[in-house]
Amino acid sequence: MLLGRLLKQDWGPTILLGILGVLCVVVPVANLLIPEDSVFHVSTYTVTLLGKYLCFALLAMALDLVWGYCGVLSLGHGAFFALGGYAMGMYLMRQIGTRGVYGHPELPDFMVFLNWEELPWYWFGFDAFWFAMLMVVLVPGLLALVFGWLAFRSRVTGVYLSIMTQALTYALMLAFFRNEMGFGGNNGLTDFKDILGASLQSDVTRVVLFVVSAIALASTYLFCRFVVTSKLGRVVTAVRDADDRTRFIGYRVENYKVWIFTVSAVLAGIAGALYVPQVGIINPSEFQPLNSIELVVWVAVGGRGTLYGAALGAVLVNFAKTWLTSEYPEVWLFALGGLFILVTVALPKGVVGLLRNLLGKET
Amino acid sequence: MFGGSDEKDKPPRSFQPFVSRSSNFSARKPSRDELVNTDSGYILYLEDITVSFDGFKALDELTLYIETGELRCIIGPNGAGKTTMMDVITGKTRPDFGTAFYGQRIDLLRLTEPEIASLGIGRKFQKPTVFDNHTVHDNLELAMEADKRVWASLARKLSAEERDRIAEVLDIIGLKEAVSALAGSLSHGQKQWLEIGMLLMQNPLVLLVDEPVAGMTKQESESTAELLTTLAGDHSVVVVEHDMEFVRSIARRVTVLHEGRVLAEGPFDEVQHDAKVIEVYLGE
Repeated sequence: MLLGRLLKQDWGPTILLGILGVLCVVVPVANLLIPEDSVFHVSTYTVTLLGKYLCFALLAMALDLVWGYCGVLSLGHGAFFALGGYAMGMYLMRQIGTRGVYGHPELPDFMVFLNWEELPWYWFGFDAFWFAMLMVVLVPGLLALVFGWLAFRSRVTGVYLSIMTQALTYALMLAFFRNEMGFGGNNGLTDFKDILGASLQSDVTRVVLFVVSAIALASTYLFCRFVVTSKLGRVVTAVRDADDRTRFIGYRVENYKVWIFTVSAVLAGIAGALYVPQVGIINPSEFQPLNSIELVVWVAVGGRGTLYGAALGAVLVNFAKTWLTSEYPEVWLFALGGLFILVTVALPKGVVGLLRNLLGKET
Repeated sequence: MFGGSDEKDKPPRSFQPFVSRSSNFSARKPSRDELVNTDSGYILYLEDITVSFDGFKALDELTLYIETGELRCIIGPNGAGKTTMMDVITGKTRPDFGTAFYGQRIDLLRLTEPEIASLGIGRKFQKPTVFDNHTVHDNLELAMEADKRVWASLARKLSAEERDRIAEVLDIIGLKEAVSALAGSLSHGQKQWLEIGMLLMQNPLVLLVDEPVAGMTKQESESTAELLTTLAGDHSVVVVEHDMEFVRSIARRVTVLHEGRVLAEGPFDEVQHDAKVIEVYLGE
């Protein structure tokens, strides 16, 4: 009955979960079991690329939850993604152990290079996987909680809030660029060897990471559907449409905004943590304001306020990006800008809205 | 000013332990009606309320008392401060000066909008404000008196009584057929009714109703008048309205505001023939 409530929308949920289910079976088989010379073989490069898209889809869904349903346009969600990524990166750094260039048993290479004597306090505990995973959730969550509490309590809304979130991610980028911060400066964290004892270079690990990303995306989708179809979801959309009115019927609007913003940040952090082991690096450029803006474009292209549309948009835009940046690298930014204008003017409801119109009336 | 009577209402000292024990025994928070002490017969006390916007005084030492259970109409030309007065009562606007009490104990000027709303002051806006992207049913559900905190909302389900209550209100506001329609697709008059329905769902002690019959047909405004009259008694109803015929049909007591002050107050017929009131309305 609950599942019925979560899937009852249109065909989108079923298609999304169906595709993810099929990918979970087909990709491992095609990569691991089908010989390399067969046309049906999927290269490990492709597996990792798809895994990356799934992480972006999860990130887009997180943004859609807060933007599409609560009307809070965060232009700093990349920051939560990067923080989750850094937490995972710190765990992976500690796993390198003596295999680093300097062979120091405790300190990552960049710390040895900076002549640091011992591990800074905030690196403690990251050798344990469970602790790192806790931080993946807690660090973005706490930052969002504090930031959201301050901003929403003061009733900062609209473009002012967007600018503040943009400033937040920019400030974090500058901070993480500094070597003294102890996060590897502009090189960030890289040269990872293994995760939970499994080599990150092996095909099996890559495939497992891909499957975990797919499962994470599917679970996130179901979780978000649970939230938006609950009464809380209806209050949140009421806040989006008329926040004053919601206050006058007795809801503490700022608490609802903080809640949804924090949950969204946690999801973004999880996306970042899944992303880092697959791409093998995390550096301060992930905090770039541009990344967060690109993220908004993904959601807008896919269709705001549908969740699965956000996932679709993330995959479509990133596929176009992968293709364009290899074929015509100089065109990409223009294409991105053009796409945003096109979507805003011609497709206010994104690709999903377009499909719904073409398929006739639904929801 | 009302501190004295508050003191007097307390039971003698020797009885106090019994009082508090019995309330512990029932293990519950004081109900809303207990919190809002209306023993004196009045539910709203506005005194010397002054609100200015950039030097313009929207309210100028406004003093107004509303009796428990009364139906009061507030009239006045545009800019007389009617809507600002409602903003002050509901916590949207903080006055520069003055006091606003709800019952004898609750200082409205210290509370936020949601707190005031959950203590039982409901408001209907001048421009009908419903949640356009929600169905009629969901609009009523959102307004319903309930635990409105975040975590409580996440797992909340409607009980059988609550479903009945929604059905009952749908009946009163005549939107039974439109129950799953989006509120945005309703006509202006239907939106007015829906908003009144939302007000009923909140089960407030005080209803502040801003221009309820604007955009309604004659028949609709007659049934609105009937509804408001039935509500008075159990609830205290304050209506701001321009439509004199409507005011005449419901009002027992009328307050005329002009330039942020009370110009006249009394039964409709009396006020209607008041020289000052005639001057304000004809001079406009």
